[in-house]
Amino acid sequence: MDNQKTAWESLALVHIKGRPTVRDYIPLIFTDFYELHGDRYYGDDHAIIGGIARLDGRPVTIIAQVKGRDLQENKDCNFAMPLPEGYRKALRLAKQAEKFHRPVICFIDTPGAHAGKEAEERGQGEAIARNIAEFMTLKTPIISIILGEAGSGGALALGVCDELAMLENAQYCVVSPQGFASILWKDASRAEEACNIMQVTAADMVRFGVAETIIEEPIGGAHNDLDKISENIKEYLAGKIEEKCAKDIDVLLKERYTKFRKIGEFTE
Amino acid sequence: MFEDFFNVVKLRFNGGNEEAAPTYKCPRCQGVYPLARYEELYKVCPECNYHGRLSAQERIKIIADKGSFREFDAKMESCDPINFPNYTEKQEELRETTGLKDAIVTGEATIRGIPAVIGIMDSRYMMASMGSVVGEKIARAFEYATEKGLPVIMFTASGGARMQEGIVSLMQMAKTSGAVQYHSSAGGLYITVLTDPTTGGVTASFASLGDIIIAEPKILIGFAGRRVIESTMRQKLPDDFQLAEFMQDKGFVDMIVERKRLRATLANLLSLHGFGKKEV
Ligand SMILES: [Zn+2]
Repeated sequence: MDNQKTAWESLALVHIKGRPTVRDYIPLIFTDFYELHGDRYYGDDHAIIGGIARLDGRPVTIIAQVKGRDLQENKDCNFAMPLPEGYRKALRLAKQAEKFHRPVICFIDTPGAHAGKEAEERGQGEAIARNIAEFMTLKTPIISIILGEAGSGGALALGVCDELAMLENAQYCVVSPQGFASILWKDASRAEEACNIMQVTAADMVRFGVAETIIEEPIGGAHNDLDKISENIKEYLAGKIEEKCAKDIDVLLKERYTKFRKIGEFTE
Repeated sequence: MFEDFFNVVKLRFNGGNEEAAPTYKCPRCQGVYPLARYEELYKVCPECNYHGRLSAQERIKIIADKGSFREFDAKMESCDPINFPNYTEKQEELRETTGLKDAIVTGEATIRGIPAVIGIMDSRYMMASMGSVVGEKIARAFEYATEKGLPVIMFTASGGARMQEGIVSLMQMAKTSGAVQYHSSAGGLYITVLTDPTTGGVTASFASLGDIIIAEPKILIGFAGRRVIESTMRQKLPDDFQLAEFMQDKGFVDMIVERKRLRATLANLLSLHGFGKKEV
C-alpha cells in the first residue's frame, strides 16, 4: 500500500472521474441482484438503493449509497445525498433481512445528508437517528464498507455495523473539509489544510477503532483495475460474512454495542 | 419551588435601577425588553413567547425538587483526540467562565417526588456540541437508568457534533443512540424536551428517539442549518422554518409545553407511565 499520500491527495483519488461506484461493483461481486424500491411511506430515494442478491450462493441484503458516473446519473441520485425516504428504505430492507435471516451488507459512499428544505420537513434528523438506533440491535450480521467518502450523519445511517471496512483511499469525516474550514475558521478555502488535520483516512479510522479493515486498492486507485478491486472486496466480504454468521447473535449484538460504546477520549 | 424562583427574580427586578436596567433582545421577534422582565418569566419573551436558553443549573432549579439533584460523572473532561489547535486552551477557558466541565450535566433527581435520570445540555459550552464527554455521560446515564428501571428525561440543546474531536464526535451519535435503544428494549420510558437550539448530530441521534418528544415554544429544531440550506440549495424558507410549531406540524414533536407548565407536565407523564414517589 502507498502510505505516502496526504489525506487531501487520497480525497482527490476518491473524487476522480471514473472512480467505481456500487453499480460497477454489484455485478462483479454478487449474483441474482434484485433491486427493491421504496420506503412504503413517501417515495423511492435514488441516493440509496437496496435489494437482495447472492454472495457465493448465500442470500444477502445489499443497501448502498450510489454516486453517479456522469452528470445525468448524479442528478438522478442527487449526488449520493439521501433524502429521508432513503434512510427509511434502508431500515425497511434491514428489517426484512432480519426477518429472513440474511446478513446485511452496506456500501457507504456519500458526501453527507441533503441540506434541503424537503429533507428537513420530512425529518431527516429523525430518520438518521432511527437507523442508528435500530441497526444497533438488528438481529442479523451487518458489514459496512466505505467505498469513497463517508460524510457525517448521512454515512452513519448505514454505518452502525459489526465491522467497518474501508477502501484504501476512502475517508470518513464528521463534516466535509470545506464545512470544517468554514465553520471553525470561517474560511472554506482552507479545505486542504482542514482535510489534512481532521484525521479522516482509513488508517486513522483503524486507529480510532472506527474501522477494522482496510481493503487494498490497485496501484493508483480503484479506477485502475475494477476487476482486482472487486475481487478484493468480494474476498473480504466472503470471509467476514462467514465469520459473523457463525456467531451467536447475542454475542454479536453485544460486540456491536461495545465497538461504538468504547469510542471516546476523556479523563475523570 | 416555582415560588422560590419567582421571589429571587422579583427581588432582583425590584432592587434594580429602572433607568440603567439591562435589556434583552429577543432573537425571534427582535423586540427589546427589560432583562428583569424576561428573567421573571423564566427567560421567556413577553411578546412572542420564544423560550430562551437556560443554563443547566437554572433548568435543574425549575424542574427538580429542591436539593434532590445528584450529579453523575461530575469530573469528566474531554481529551483532544485529533490534536486540534487551541482545543485544550479553549476548553480550559470555558471551564473557567461557565463553571461547567463540558456541555452536559447528567444526574438523578426527583420531580414532585418521582425519581428520574435527567440530562441537561448547556449551550454556553461550545454551543453544547457533542464530543466524547457528552456521549459518554449520556450513555452512562441511560445504562444506569436501564439497570435501575428508571425513566430518563433529556433536555437537549446543541449546535451538533463537536468538530474539534473529528470522527470521534460523530461516533457519539451511535454510542448515545445505542444506549437509548437498549433502555427502550428493556421497557424504559424516555422523554425528550427539545430546547433552543436542537440541531445537527444531536437531532440525528438521541434527541429524536424519545417515546414522547416535547418542545418548548418557538425553539429551533433541525438537522441542517437554515443558512446552509439557503446558500447551498438557494431555497426560500418560510419564517417559521424549523421552529417547534413548524416541526410539530410536520409530525416530529408530540407536544409543545410552556416552561411554566413543564415540571407539572413531566411529573404527570411519569405518573401516567406507572412511576411513583420514591419510598422513603
Ligand atoms: Zn420575542
